[in-house]
Amino acid sequence: MRSTILVAAALALGVAPARAERPADFKAAFAAEARREDPAFAGFSAVRGKLFFGATHGGDWSCASCHTNDPRAAGEHVVTGKRIEPLAPAANPERFTRPASVEKWFKRNCNDVLKQPCTAQQKGDVLAWLMTSGAGGAR
Amino acid sequence: MKARIRTLIVSNAVAVAALTASASAAESPRAPLPPAYVEECGCCHVAFPGRMLDAASWRAVIAGLEQHFGVDASVDPKTLEPIRAYLASTARSRPTTTNGIPLLRITETRWFGHEHDEVPGRFWKEPGAVKQSDCAACHRSAAQGSYSERSLRLPEKGEAK
Repeated sequence: MRSTILVAAALALGVAPARAERPADFKAAFAAEARREDPAFAGFSAVRGKLFFGATHGGDWSCASCHTNDPRAAGEHVVTGKRIEPLAPAANPERFTRPASVEKWFKRNCNDVLKQPCTAQQKGDVLAWLMTSGAGGAR
Repeated sequence: MKARIRTLIVSNAVAVAALTASASAAESPRAPLPPAYVEECGCCHVAFPGRMLDAASWRAVIAGLEQHFGVDASVDPKTLEPIRAYLASTARSRPTTTNGIPLLRITETRWFGHEHDEVPGRFWKEPGAVKQSDCAACHRSAAQGSYSERSLRLPEKGEAK
C-alpha cells in the first residue's frame, strides 16, 4: 500500500520510479545526451558501433579483447581468464537493464580501452550494434 | 605431450594432497563475502577472502582501484564502504609486506609460496596453463570463499584455459 502511494507520488512529480529498464531506454537516453554533446547529432549506427568495438584506439586492447567480436558469445577477461557473459541483450536478457551497472561498466571499460570516457555517440553506436545482434546473427 | 601432461597432473595431485595435509594458512575463521564485494570485485576474478592480505595491503589495493593491475576497477564511494569494512575486519594479521612495502599481489606473498611450494613451477607455465590468479581452477569452492582440501581438484587435461 505504502509503495503504491510512493509510486503514485513519484509519477505525479514526474520522477521515474526505480525499475529495470530496457535496452531501448538506454538508447533513448544516449540519444538525448548525444544531442546535448553535439547539436548535429544524426542518430546511431550499428556499423560504426561494430567497428568501434573491434578497434584498439591506439592502446593494447579493444572491447573485443575480452568480449570477443561476437556479442552473442561469452567472453573471457583477458588478464584473469574469468568468463564474461554475452553482451547482446538477445543472448543475455540481464544486459542493459540496470542503469548503475551500465554506467559502471562503460566507465571502467572505456578507461581501459580508450584511456578516456566514451561519448554518448560511441555508447549509443555500440548499443545499436548489440541490439541488432539477435538470434538471427551478428551483423 | 599428452602423456607428459598426464604425468604432470598426477604428480601434482600427489603433491597437492601432501601439502594440504598441513593446516592451511588460508583457512582461518571465515566471514561471509559481502554481496557488494562479490559484485564489484568478483566479476573479474575470484572474490579473494580478506584473510589473504594484511590490512595495509588491502588499503593499498583499495587506494589504487582506478589503475588496478592495468584496468579501471573503480567502485563508487558508497558501494566501496562495505567492501572496505569487510577487508579491514578480515585482513590477515601477519604482515604481507616486503621491505616495509605492502604487497598487492596475493601470489607474491610468502604464505602463498609456502602453500604452493610443492606445485612444480612448470604447472603454471605450460602452454594453456592455469593462471596463478585463477584460484577456482583447482580450488573448486573458491567462489564461495572456501579453499578447503575437500574441494581441491586439479584441472583435467583440456579443462584449464
